[in-house]
Formats: sequence, structure tokens, C-alpha cells
Amino acid sequence: MVEVAIPLSLRFRDDEPADEPAVTLDAFLDQPNALSVRIEGGDDVRRLGPALDRLRLVEIDFPRFRDGRGYSSARILREMGYKGELKAVGDVLVDQLLFMRRCGFDSFGPDQAIDLAVARRALTEYDFVYQQAADGRVPVWKLRHG
Amino acid sequence: MKLLTGNHLISGLVIWWTGEGWSLHVEQAADVGDKGEQIAQVETAACRVNGAYIVEAEPGPAGPVPNHIKERIRAIGPTVRPDLALKPADASAGSYVI
Amino acid sequence: MYRYDTYDQAIVDTRVAEFRDQVARRIAGEMTDDQFKPLRLKNGLYLQLHAYMLRVAIPYGTINARQLRVLAHIARKYDRGYGHFTTRQNIQFNWIRLEDAPDILAELAKVEMHAIQTSGESIRNISADQYAGAAADEVCDPRPWAELIRQYTTFHPEFSYLPRKFKIGLTASDTDRAAIKLHDVGLQIVHGADGETGFRVFVGGGMGRTPFVAHLIRDFLPAGAICSYLEAILRVWNRHGRRDNIHKQRIKILVHDLGAQEFARQVEEEWQAIQPLGDDMPLAEYTRIAAYFTAPPFEEGLCDALDLSDARFAAWVQQNVHAHKQPGYAIATVSLKPIGGIPGDVSADQIDLIADLAEKYSFDDLRPTHAQNVVLPHVRKADLYAIWQALDAAGLATANLDLISDIIACPGLDYCSLANTRSIPLAQKLADRFADPARQLDIGELKLKISGCINACGHHHAGHIGVLGVDRKGTENFQLLFGGSGAEDASLGKIIGPGFTEDGVVDAIERAVEKYRDLRDPGERFLDTYRRVGSDPFKEAVYG
Repeated sequence: MVEVAIPLSLRFRDDEPADEPAVTLDAFLDQPNALSVRIEGGDDVRRLGPALDRLRLVEIDFPRFRDGRGYSSARILREMGYKGELKAVGDVLVDQLLFMRRCGFDSFGPDQAIDLAVARRALTEYDFVYQQAADGRVPVWKLRHG
Repeated sequence: MKLLTGNHLISGLVIWWTGEGWSLHVEQAADVGDKGEQIAQVETAACRVNGAYIVEAEPGPAGPVPNHIKERIRAIGPTVRPDLALKPADASAGSYVI
Repeated sequence: MYRYDTYDQAIVDTRVAEFRDQVARRIAGEMTDDQFKPLRLKNGLYLQLHAYMLRVAIPYGTINARQLRVLAHIARKYDRGYGHFTTRQNIQFNWIRLEDAPDILAELAKVEMHAIQTSGESIRNISADQYAGAAADEVCDPRPWAELIRQYTTFHPEFSYLPRKFKIGLTASDTDRAAIKLHDVGLQIVHGADGETGFRVFVGGGMGRTPFVAHLIRDFLPAGAICSYLEAILRVWNRHGRRDNIHKQRIKILVHDLGAQEFARQVEEEWQAIQPLGDDMPLAEYTRIAAYFTAPPFEEGLCDALDLSDARFAAWVQQNVHAHKQPGYAIATVSLKPIGGIPGDVSADQIDLIADLAEKYSFDDLRPTHAQNVVLPHVRKADLYAIWQALDAAGLATANLDLISDIIACPGLDYCSLANTRSIPLAQKLADRFADPARQLDIGELKLKISGCINACGHHHAGHIGVLGVDRKGTENFQLLFGGSGAEDASLGKIIGPGFTEDGVVDAIERAVEKYRDLRDPGERFLDTYRRVGSDPFKEAVYG
């Protein structure tokens, strides 16, 4: 196994990361000055609708990698028009990165280090996708019919 | 007695801990006593076994006999395809260890 | 049938390369089994009792000769010379080595096949009516929609870590040969008042530990919206389905807990948000796919008459051959339930024979069924005798479709690490007990289904007679259920009393069958008599 010393963070944005800690959804909605929120599996991200403009960072927790609720939460946020940082944290493994990017995540804070070479491969391996999602990739049906 | 069994990671075949290594043949399975979990952890981490677990068995004339039918089927092969059964090791041929 | 374009092929080829790399990382110890397991399951690779088992997808139960020959080749080269057709129209191989799996997938990819999402907590193979394109009673061929949905649900990024597995079934006729009401989502294609194509949408069916018949949540969904609507269903479940207890995580539990009406409301609400986003495929994509499913070049003016002077051939025609919408043609079921055989198993040689027959006599088209048989959907009546002779020589001409010896049985404890009991030996004993063809015909249609554990892969809840294997203090024990059905009159079988030994349940079933014969009205099947008289007479007959 190749030991690659990388910071426990992977980010696909150009802007500066928000530097205030993420608070819970309830706390965020209660604090008009808060900019960062942490979403747990059972939270309803649609509650963030009225606050999207001030929101700079949404962290979505994956308590176990098999718990796929975060994928829906991410995609819903992007569908609502959220343009800020969307970060997957917790039990995030390299083999989920592509699906997470497709659902709109643009940064990652995994509990365990991720091999960058494997990550790069995972993210670029597929030339074609069957569905439209939050990443703007053109699905195959659009390529077929224009 | 307690046996340690699992599937060989690469081939998927059923294997039994002999005390020194893994065998396809339950006749060579050793009584692991209370060391089963420990051995399983080491062997799993070394990628030699997958899905290891401990099995109760009684000593028999030709080696240990697992108590539960499931493990006896694992040891021998599908009861409905005797042509696919694992043949017992020829004792004179020595150990058959992976 | 559908043929891959360069996009489909690229996706499958990439998947093979991705999995090859994942296997290498696993063997090198870069992943634990816990991390690797969902990945291998997404490629149909189980760790089973004796070895790895690979479940190859046969999308909506349609396969051609070239593909079948590759399956025969895989059976010979990588396995032990046989395969098993499953209750979801797939095929599985029981003796696979992990290190061979990538090569096998590569060989499959060359003939447009794969093992994608055939296990794990994924959207599984979509099942469809095995008589699609051949039966007179269908509104249209359901398979273009099945293919469209297959593509839509393959590697769906939002739904790759679902609470549990998800099974979709399709039919296009009122006679349900695909058991859609026992699927997580069942879709019946119908025509609306204006002749527009749409779906009746059923959600929340399933067997296993807590069986349910699906609820109709939408009477008419315009067909073009199927992807966005499925997305709404999946999203409601992905967000709100339980994640705390693996036995409570199927969508049927959520539908039951919320109530069908509230569940439907949540789906509609979600759909209102999703539909405007343009995720649905355009009509042009449906049309492109449908072009692969036009009717084969049937000959016109063929004779419908058959020479039935050979009594054994006549018996096979009587039982296994179904009317075709095209005059002069027929739908022939190849029974994979020879008396004393293993239900659904086929040797490599038999696969090759079936491939030859499909290619020569059925426009290169074969349909595995959820009852573990295979169907030649488009045969000329004039060719039936030659087909039957070839099948007969290979042990594939048992004239028992839907009779008591046409048993559905899961692999059971002989193969499966989840099982409590073996199921194949019981199926063999039952088939032997009722082997007499005249007796079987007298009994008539009787769907007998055996599961070796509560996971119900043998669909025992949907059997007119169902058997469930349980572990009773370390010994094999069998519970008997009556009155289930997977057809449009879907119902769940009920356990009639204490369990039996293997021999005991064979005797019990015989007593129940004799009681049915005593009580039946003319024309009644076992199921009909049971529904009319209730369980008491049968309990008394079985337990005395």
C-alpha cells in the first residue's frame, strides 16, 4: 500500500474555505449570522431554503459509508440553487467520490486518508454517465439526441 | 471442540485452520480453544481468509465433525451434487495445506 | 433485442476496469472486506457457502444465442460446468474465484453482458413478462421501457447506497406473468383515455421476513415521466427509509409505516420538485430503444394445425406451449424441472443446445422466467416437433409447466450461507412423489415454491403451496403455507400450523392435495378451492 501523506481534505473550489465551525441545522436557523451548517443523516435540508443566500458551507456527515442519505441531501441543495461549498465528511471512501461529486459535493473531509492516485482515477475513469445529476455532466441520452 | 473456518480470499474455497495454516480438509482442522478470534484477526488482516468464524464440532473417527449441518455441507460440498464433493485427504499423502 | 451503442459499451468496459482495480486493491490488502463487500456486491459477486457466487444480469429476461454461448463457456472455463437460472431472470455461477471475476466480467462485456447491481443495496435487475412481444394480451412490449429504466438506474449517483435492495417489475397486460405486485415497484403499462401510454404504479410489495402486496399509488403516470417519478419514489425512501435495522429497511416497510396514501403524497410532492428539472429522457430516446424491439419478420399464412399423434409430444404441447399473437406461431416453455433434477440448473451443454434452438427456431431470442424455466418466445408451430425432440434428448422436455412438479426452489443450504435448510432435496422428493404425469394433470395448476430461509428467494409467500425452511434447535424443519399468488390476484400464503421434517412435509403436501381433489368444484385449481373453503379443511387433512 502506498503511503501518501495528504491533508485530510480534498477540495474542488477556488474560493477561500469558510473558517467558522459548522453548527447544527437548528442552531444555524436560529443564528442569522451563522454561515456554516453541519447536516446529519436525518436532517431535512429543505429547511435551509430561506437561508441559502448567507450559506457558505454545508457539511454533510456520512456516519457509515453505506448510509446514503447524504447523497440526496446534497443533490436537493444543488437543485434549490445552493452554490456554496458542499462538503462530505465522515466515513467517506475513495470508491464513493465519483457519486458524491455527481451529487454536488465539491469538497471532502474523510475520516481516513485517501490515496490521491486512486482518487484521481476514480473521479476521471468514466467518460459517460446515464443520468443528469448535480455536476452538470451531459447524460448519454442527451449526447444521443442533442 | 472449536474449529476456525472461513473462505480463502482469492479462491473462495472453504478452509479450516489446522493449527499452522489453512487446509481444504476438515479432517485436519484443529481445536482452536479460545484463540479463534485472535487467529481470525491475524489471518484476515494478512488477506489469507475472508469471513472467518468459529464452529462447534465433536471429534470423530476420521477427524472433527461440525455440529451443525451447514458446516458439514461446507466441509463436503452440496449434498445434491456428490460429483462436486471435496474428496477427503489421503492420509498417506501428508497435509494438504494452502 | 437492444444492442449497445458506443456509450453503453464504454460504460460497461469502464466498469470492468474499475472492478479489476478494486479486486487488485482488495487482494493487496488496501481494503478490508467491509469496504470491499458493497463494491463486489454491486458487481454481483457474493461470498457463498462453497466459493464466490457470480450473478450475471439478464436484463428483463431477454438473451440471445451468442450471449448464451458465452455463459456456457464461462460455466466450463471458470466454474464447474453448469449455471443456475434464478427467480429474477438472472443466471448465477456457484464456484467462482475472486481473482477470475474481472476476466469473467471482461468476457461478458464483449457480448454486451454484465453483473452490474445484481446484488447489494442497489436497484436490481428489472424483471418483465417473459411473453413480451409474443402474447396477444399485452398493450405493447414492456421491454423498451425496461431498457430505458435499466439505463436510468445504472450507477445512479444519488441511489447507490440505498437502505436496502430495490426491485422493479414490469408487465403490459392485465394477466401478470411478472409478479409485479410483489416487487418494490411494479409497473403495469396501460393506455390512457386518449390512447396515451402510461403506467399504473405499484409500490411496496415484497417477500422476505415481512411480506406485502404492493399498493397502487398512481393510477396513471404518463410514460415519459417514469424516470423523474421513480426518482421521487427512490428519494423519499432514500431519505426516510429506516437505517437502524436491516430487517426493516425495504421500501415496503416505509410504505406500511406511513400508510400508502401518505407515502403517495410525499412522492407526489417530491415529484413536483423534480419533474421541472429535466431529468426525464426525451421521447426520442424511447423511440430509439423501441426500434430494437419491433416484431421479428414473422411468416404470414402459416398453418396452425399440429400433428399430435405422438402422445408424449402432445402432452408437452398441451402443457408447455402457449398461444402466440401471430397465427402459425407459438410460445414454448423449456422446463428446467426434470423429475429428480435441480430446479433451474442447466449444464453448459444444455445451455449450448438451448442457444442453438433459440437461434434456429425463435429468432435468436430466449426468455428466462422468474419460475426458473426458459421460454422460446417465437416458434413456428411447424417446428415444435423438431424442437421437442431436441429438448427431449437433452432432458429438457418435461411437460410440467405450472404443474406441481414445476417447483420453484432457492439454492438453499446446499449452496447458500443464509439458508436454514436445504430446499433442493425437498423439491426432488416432491417431484418424485408426484412424478406420474397423469396424476399431475389431474391435480392441474399448482404453484409450489420452496425457500430455505426467511429471505424468501424461492418466493414461498407467493406459492399456492409454499414451504419455508427453518432451523429448529439445529435441525432442518419445514413450515407449510397455503394460498399465495404472484399473479394479478396477488395474495400472501398463510402458515397452516407447526412445521414438519423433510419427509413429513412431503406427506403433508400429499394429504393437502388429496383433500383439494375431494373438495374441488369443476374447473377449480388448488388455489381456488383453498380460497373458497378456507384453511380449516386443509389443516384437518394435514394434521389429522
